[in-house]
Amino acid sequence: MRIIRHYLKSLFLWELLQGLALTLKHFFGPKSTIRYPEEKTPKSPRYRGMHALRRYPSGEERCIACKLCEAVCPALAITIDSEMREDGTRRTTRYDIDMFKCIYCGFCEEACPVDAIVETSFTEYHFEERGQQILNKDKLLAIGDKLEPQIAADRAVESRYR
Amino acid sequence: MKEFFIQQWEALPPALQTVISVTGQISALLLVLILMVAYYTYAERRVIGFMQGRMGPNRVGPWGLLQPFADVIKLVLKEIIVPSNSSRFLFVIAPLLSIAPAFAAWAVIPFDDGMMIADINAGLLYLLALTSLSVYGVILAGWASNSKYAFLGCMRSAAQIVSYEIAMGFALVGVLMAAGSLNLNEIVLSQSGGMLNWFWIPLLPLFVIFFISGVAETNRAPFDVPEGESEIVAGFHVEYSGTGFAIFFLAEYANMILVSALTALFFLGGWLSPFQGIPVVGDTFLGESSIVWFALKTFIFMFIFLWFRATFPRYRYDQIMRLGWKVFIPITIVWIVVLGGLIVGEVGPWFN
Repeated sequence: MRIIRHYLKSLFLWELLQGLALTLKHFFGPKSTIRYPEEKTPKSPRYRGMHALRRYPSGEERCIACKLCEAVCPALAITIDSEMREDGTRRTTRYDIDMFKCIYCGFCEEACPVDAIVETSFTEYHFEERGQQILNKDKLLAIGDKLEPQIAADRAVESRYR
Repeated sequence: MKEFFIQQWEALPPALQTVISVTGQISALLLVLILMVAYYTYAERRVIGFMQGRMGPNRVGPWGLLQPFADVIKLVLKEIIVPSNSSRFLFVIAPLLSIAPAFAAWAVIPFDDGMMIADINAGLLYLLALTSLSVYGVILAGWASNSKYAFLGCMRSAAQIVSYEIAMGFALVGVLMAAGSLNLNEIVLSQSGGMLNWFWIPLLPLFVIFFISGVAETNRAPFDVPEGESEIVAGFHVEYSGTGFAIFFLAEYANMILVSALTALFFLGGWLSPFQGIPVVGDTFLGESSIVWFALKTFIFMFIFLWFRATFPRYRYDQIMRLGWKVFIPITIVWIVVLGGLIVGEVGPWFN
C-alpha cells in the first residue's frame, strides 16, 4: 500500500507541486531586502561604526590622555602621545586610530572615563589612498563635531543601562 | 503620396515583392523576439529574486528596466577569447548554429489565424527537425573548445536532448493524431470552441510531458546538467566570452520562448479565446480570438520556466535519464493507445 502511494505521489509530481506552491507564496510575499541608498535598515543606538572624539558643550575636548583606550585596544589600533598644556592639564598631542587594524569591538569606548572616544552609528565611509585609514586627532574631533547630535541622542537612550 | 508608394510597389517584379515582404516580416519578428529575450532575462532575475524574498535588479533605469541593455553592452564590449588549441572555425560557428534553429523555428508559428511567415503543410515536422538541430551548436561548442568541462557539458547535453526528444516526439504524435494535421494553423483551428475544446484535457499527460521535455530540451533548471555551475563550471560554453557567450544566452532564451509558444499552440489553443462559445462572456470582447490570447498563454509558460528554476534543485544525471526513458516514454506510448481509443470512439467535444 505504501509503495503504491509513494508511486502515485511521485508520478503525479505531488511534492514538486508543493514546492511550486511555496515559491509562489514567496513571490507575492514581503521581501527581506531593501532599496539600499533610498531605504535603510534601522540601527541600534549601540551600533559600533566610525570613531569620533567628543567635546564638552563649552568646546573643551573631553580626552584627558589617560591612555586607557590605548591599553585596552586588542588590535593595538590606537596610538596616543600626550603633554602638559599651558593651563596645567594633560591633553593629547597625538591621537591616531588605524581603521584597518580596528576590529570595532567598542572596548575603547567602554574604557573611556570621560566619554571622549566613542563609536558612532555612521558606517558609510571609505578610504581611497594608503594613509587615509589613519584617523588623527583633528579628523576624529571633526567627526565628533559633525555627528554630535546623533552621538548625544544615542548616549541619552543608552544612559539607563550604563 | 500613398498612391505613389503603392504604384512603386506594384511596379516591382513579383519575385522582388516576395523577397521584400518576407524579409520585412522576418526582421519584424526577429526584432520583437530579441527584445522579448532581453526582457525575459530581466524578468527571470526579477521573478527569481521575488521568489527568494529579494528585489532583483532595480538600479538601472526605472525599476531596473534598462538592465538588459546594460548587460548587452557589457557583453558586446568584452574581449572575445579564442582558446589557442581550439578548433577555430567550429568555435566561432557553434553559437551561430545554436541560435539559427531557435529563430528559424518561428517561421511556421501562427500568431493569429493565418498570420505566419511560412504556411507549410509539414509545419510540425519542420519544427521537430529544427529543434533537434539545436543540439549541434551545443556539441560543436563543447568539442571545439578543447576543454574537459566543455566536453563533459556537451556530452551530457547531447545525451539529455536525445532522450527527451523521443518523449517530446511522442507527445507531438498525440497532437498530430488529435488534430489530424501537421499544419500548425490547422492544429489550432481543430481546437476551436472554448477552453474545454482545447487539447489539454484529452492530452493532459502528453501536455505535461511535452512541457517538461521542453524544459529538458532547453537545458533549463532543473535539467541544467549541461551547464551545471557547481559541477562543471559552465558546461559547454565555459570557454566563450563576450559576444559568443551572449549568443548562446540569446539562443537559450529564444528556445525557452519557442517551447512556451509551442505548448500554447498545441495544447492551449494558440490564439483562440478561452471564452469562445460560452454565453454572455463569449459575446463580449473577451470571446474574440486574437494574438493577445496567444501572447498571454505563451507568457504563462514562460513564467513557469522561471518558476521551475526558482523552485527545483538540479536533477542528478541518472535521475534525468530514468525520468526520460523509464517514465515519460512509457506514459506517452500508453496514452497514444488511449488516445486512439478516444478517437475511434469519437469522444466529444474533441473528436466528434
